[in-house]
Amino acid sequence: MAHENLDFEESLVELERRIDELKKFSDNQRLDMQEEIKRMEERAQKLRRETYEQLTPWQIVQISRHLQRPHTLDYIHGMFEDFMEMHGDRAFIDDRAMVGGVAWLNKKPLIVIGTQKGKDTKENIACNFGLPLPEGYRKALRLMKFAEKFNLPVVTLVDTAGAFPGLEGEERGVAEAIARNLREMSILRIPVVVVIIGEGGSGGALGIGVGNRVLMLANASYTVITPEGCAAILWKDRNQAPRASEILRLTAPDLKQLGIIDEIIGEPPGGAHHEPAFVIEGVKQALERHLGELSKKSVKQLQDERYEKFRRIGFYTDADLPKPCSSPPANEDTAPAGGNGKPDKKKKHD
Amino acid sequence: MDWFRKPKYMTVRVPKKDKKAAIPENLVTRCPACNEIIFNKEIESADRTCPKCNHHFHMPALERLRLLADNGIFLEQLSGRIKATDPLGFPGYQEKLEKGKKNTSLEDAVIGGICTVGGIRTGLAITDFGFMGGSMGSVLGEEVARLIERCCQEKIPVIIVSSSGGGARMQEGIISLMQMAKTSAALARLAEAGLLFVSVLADPTGGGVTASFAMLGDIIIAEPNALIMFAGPRVIEQTIRQHLPKRFQRAEFLQEHGMIDMIVKRQDLKKTLARLLTVPRS
Ligand SMILES: [Zn+2]
Repeated sequence: MAHENLDFEESLVELERRIDELKKFSDNQRLDMQEEIKRMEERAQKLRRETYEQLTPWQIVQISRHLQRPHTLDYIHGMFEDFMEMHGDRAFIDDRAMVGGVAWLNKKPLIVIGTQKGKDTKENIACNFGLPLPEGYRKALRLMKFAEKFNLPVVTLVDTAGAFPGLEGEERGVAEAIARNLREMSILRIPVVVVIIGEGGSGGALGIGVGNRVLMLANASYTVITPEGCAAILWKDRNQAPRASEILRLTAPDLKQLGIIDEIIGEPPGGAHHEPAFVIEGVKQALERHLGELSKKSVKQLQDERYEKFRRIGFYTDADLPKPCSSPPANEDTAPAGGNGKPDKKKKHD
Repeated sequence: MDWFRKPKYMTVRVPKKDKKAAIPENLVTRCPACNEIIFNKEIESADRTCPKCNHHFHMPALERLRLLADNGIFLEQLSGRIKATDPLGFPGYQEKLEKGKKNTSLEDAVIGGICTVGGIRTGLAITDFGFMGGSMGSVLGEEVARLIERCCQEKIPVIIVSSSGGGARMQEGIISLMQMAKTSAALARLAEAGLLFVSVLADPTGGGVTASFAMLGDIIIAEPNALIMFAGPRVIEQTIRQHLPKRFQRAEFLQEHGMIDMIVKRQDLKKTLARLLTVPRS
């Protein structure tokens, strides 16, 4: 499958193309070029490692937005035995940027909801580039209430640059729709597992992002503001986005360290689009595990733990505590490290 | 020459463009709504409104406390004990915090505590636009959540006045975003306890503050002409290239579109709140 390439992959892709050519050439001409091909493949292997092993935050942002990356419906169709999509907010429209319905995982029904991006322009126009309208959030809440009524767990898949920033959204109360979801999701009586599969864009992502567990793919991103937007504010230059993405701490390992997410789900070198089936299987297995654990909890535990999970996020010093500290973490794994109100960080940005 | 006929006031001709610079800013202000030049004293004594056209200027949180709380004070102040850190090492954040403190004499963009309004005990939080645009970072989120939790325990209502055009505070990155979930979750508990939450929106309220506690009031009040938004008009124009109607995202526009309950001018705000607090029958 041909992928659209990102700028930092160019030399690798070029080398891979030359290897393919040489293979075809040697086959056609019945020449033995095994030695040469082997040498080039070794070089490609090395270059692949170099290219993908130490990705910068900006490169991860690019991968998280990759058009060919598996999107919500790919996961839904890949993970579940069956899916019955439910449409509409019962008030105004059916927002195609937010999909949801009943799905069956190991023969058990659950509610799955996710923001939907397209693989090309045509698909993207159909789903409004994955930018939900207020009605998308209202549809999502309707389905969550359905889940609560019939005691089904909820899985949400997050992949959006944000809520649609336009006249329609403002007129019809996108802020209210997101706020209501935040409030209502926090007290749902059923397990909620959130997976950031691609782009986690600010309030538009959080609007379906309040869960007992928040999982994240290795090359997904999650941020309060796009690196472009941040760069525009800081340096009046959107082209400084790579620099801004270094500061924002939007990668999965950074977010794990800050205590924002619970678990990172692996991706193959170069990103999920290189091996979608592998990644979809990885997400499925993680969901099975977490839903299994959560199914043993009482309603009160589910509500209280979800509340505490978000309640404790924050970094500040407190005059009433003997020594300045960050809000107490629930466990070692997700602890905002340090204990001085600041997480550890590799370097200081100035 | 007749000395007594000398004009008492010299007329200084000011080129139109430079008019602003010619006004001694510490004494007078040009009202952006009616364009009149008004003495600052007059504006201040009118609760920071224009005596000519009733334009509502920004009101610092401490002044708003004096306006709304009985005797102008908290019976118990809860805010001010916690301070922002710089968890991301964000460029310029420390300086912005210092500047905010200087502007407002507050520790962060919010004050909160317990007071009475019209004799009824209530939690009250007020955000201050003068402190980094009233933006919500860890401290604002924590102060608001603590206040709401305290009111749940005491079984008293909550009033939050927002003047937070800055939305979620970029300088604390994702941690600011999570304050939206934190404050909204606290309000879920308040709602479950059957307690009243009145949200007052002052100019401007935006982004992550609008999309969390500010829009979750049982009753939502806005001040006249307040800018209330999710995405800012510039963001919308840049990304979607939409032409935006006049009065877009103003309080009156929101009321027309069914997003807020009422528009109350500042002079009437306290008595309106006091009356609303009498509505729940315990
Ligand atoms: Zn005026």
